[in-house]
Amino acid sequence: MTETAIPAVEGWFTTGPEPALVGTKCTACGNISFPRETTFCKNPACPGETFDDVELSRRGTVWSYTDAQYQPPEPFIPATDPYVPFALAAVELPEGLVVIGQVADGYGVDDLTVGAEVELVVEPLYTDDEGVRTIWRWKPAGSASTKEQQA
Amino acid sequence: MSKHDVAVAGVGMHAWGKWGRPFVEYGVAAARDALKDSGIDWNDVDFIVGGETVRNGYGGYVAGATFASALGWNGARVATSYAACATGAQALDTARTRILAGLSEVALVVGADTTPKGFLKPNAGERWDDPDWLRFRLMGMTNPAYFALNARRRIDLYGATQEDFAAVKVKNAKHGLSNPNARYRKEFSVADVMASPVVADPLHLMDICATSDGGAAVVLTSVEYAQRHGLTGPRINAISTVTPTFPQTQLDMPYFSSESTAAAPAPQYTHKEALARAAYEEAGISPEDVDVAEVYDLSTALELDWIEDLGLVERGTAEQLVRTGDTSVGGRLPVNPSGGLACFGEAVPAQALAQVCELTWQLRGQAEGRQVEGARVGITANQGLFGHGSSVILSA
Ligand SMILES: [Zn+2]
Repeated sequence: MTETAIPAVEGWFTTGPEPALVGTKCTACGNISFPRETTFCKNPACPGETFDDVELSRRGTVWSYTDAQYQPPEPFIPATDPYVPFALAAVELPEGLVVIGQVADGYGVDDLTVGAEVELVVEPLYTDDEGVRTIWRWKPAGSASTKEQQA
Repeated sequence: MSKHDVAVAGVGMHAWGKWGRPFVEYGVAAARDALKDSGIDWNDVDFIVGGETVRNGYGGYVAGATFASALGWNGARVATSYAACATGAQALDTARTRILAGLSEVALVVGADTTPKGFLKPNAGERWDDPDWLRFRLMGMTNPAYFALNARRRIDLYGATQEDFAAVKVKNAKHGLSNPNARYRKEFSVADVMASPVVADPLHLMDICATSDGGAAVVLTSVEYAQRHGLTGPRINAISTVTPTFPQTQLDMPYFSSESTAAAPAPQYTHKEALARAAYEEAGISPEDVDVAEVYDLSTALELDWIEDLGLVERGTAEQLVRTGDTSVGGRLPVNPSGGLACFGEAVPAQALAQVCELTWQLRGQAEGRQVEGARVGITANQGLFGHGSSVILSA
């Protein structure tokens, strides 16, 4: 990643060698939210309006997965021209919620199964006037893809 | 059957397609069709509800008044409803509620839309606090990607196959052959579906519904009005438009995360299950009483999910019904005899009304070429953005 790498959305994840999603925990009932909750707790039994930032678990299990074989419409910004398809995974975290993200570069649907373990990484998403914009992605756990293992 | 009953006096549609005309024309054509079907004069309608359409400018945002104006101002009470794909059912519920309260006797409910080609996408502009905008910008999550996540789970958890999904398309295409309002009236084979390009693994282009122009309308009256005027059409016994229950642990468009079970356990029923249960409870019936279902086949695989969400079979077994032909007209439990979204495509504010139109024709025995013999009870189901969804139960 270059020096100009900036998160595509501010405050939603940390960067560095052990990046993590940043959610919030309601100080009244302990409800955990991602994206960050800043106004009213979503728990109907809770009047809470204050929240602490919490880093969510970096590892989770695949709830499901797919890919985008056609270029999505705006406001999606393709990283390359011509468009290169990418995979998407919905991942269950130990905090009891599911978070969707793109799958890390170099991995596709053949590397995934429901229930498999994945790890959060931060990678470039697109480039704009201010530099490279980064995003969280899900990377199959273990260093080699199943394709490589089977090869 | 239920103290919440209202009578369906008439139904009408404007054929689905890509016609390139204003949505008002489709809605008014459907409304005139429904009024003619009911034998009730527009001047006798005392309440009109329009399903809002969000892609057609100012007139679309005030659809009730737009349709009322186009039909000619008659002094009726007016309302407009928006609930994404559940718009039509919510509009119907608005009409039903006023009738049951004794404030209106005859209501006209209209939905119509025009849609652009290709993926549905958010309105223009930069909106970093809008989940519908963010899902495209941050991860390129299209609607078919959500359908695909659900489809993949059926494969990995229950052993469904892409051929099972294709078989749903084959069945619905066959049903739609005889439906004059359907946009696509052509038979397909499993091989045709499998040969179409993959859009979002494991779904092919032909597994995913298209976008369409179209309109649908329903004339509702109180049961007393129907009896007084000798109207013998079906009754609506229930309209369910419940929200999800916290924590919403099922991923739902346009969100890219679910709610957490950190503060409270997952509810006993998912949102889609809860929609159906509320409908059954209100109608005072159970899934065994259902003869025919019209469900939202946004993707072929979602039709299988709905059959289970409606409690018609055990979770993870719906593909067995398709394999044995049970969900075909002539089978034990026909699903989407109209041809479904597979043959219609989405015309958002009209579609939940179109489902009610089809069940009305089914329960009257008028669904020529696709009639479910002896149908007495029908259920609809659909799901939309932002926690919307609906289920309507009708009986003969
Ligand atoms: Zn709280």
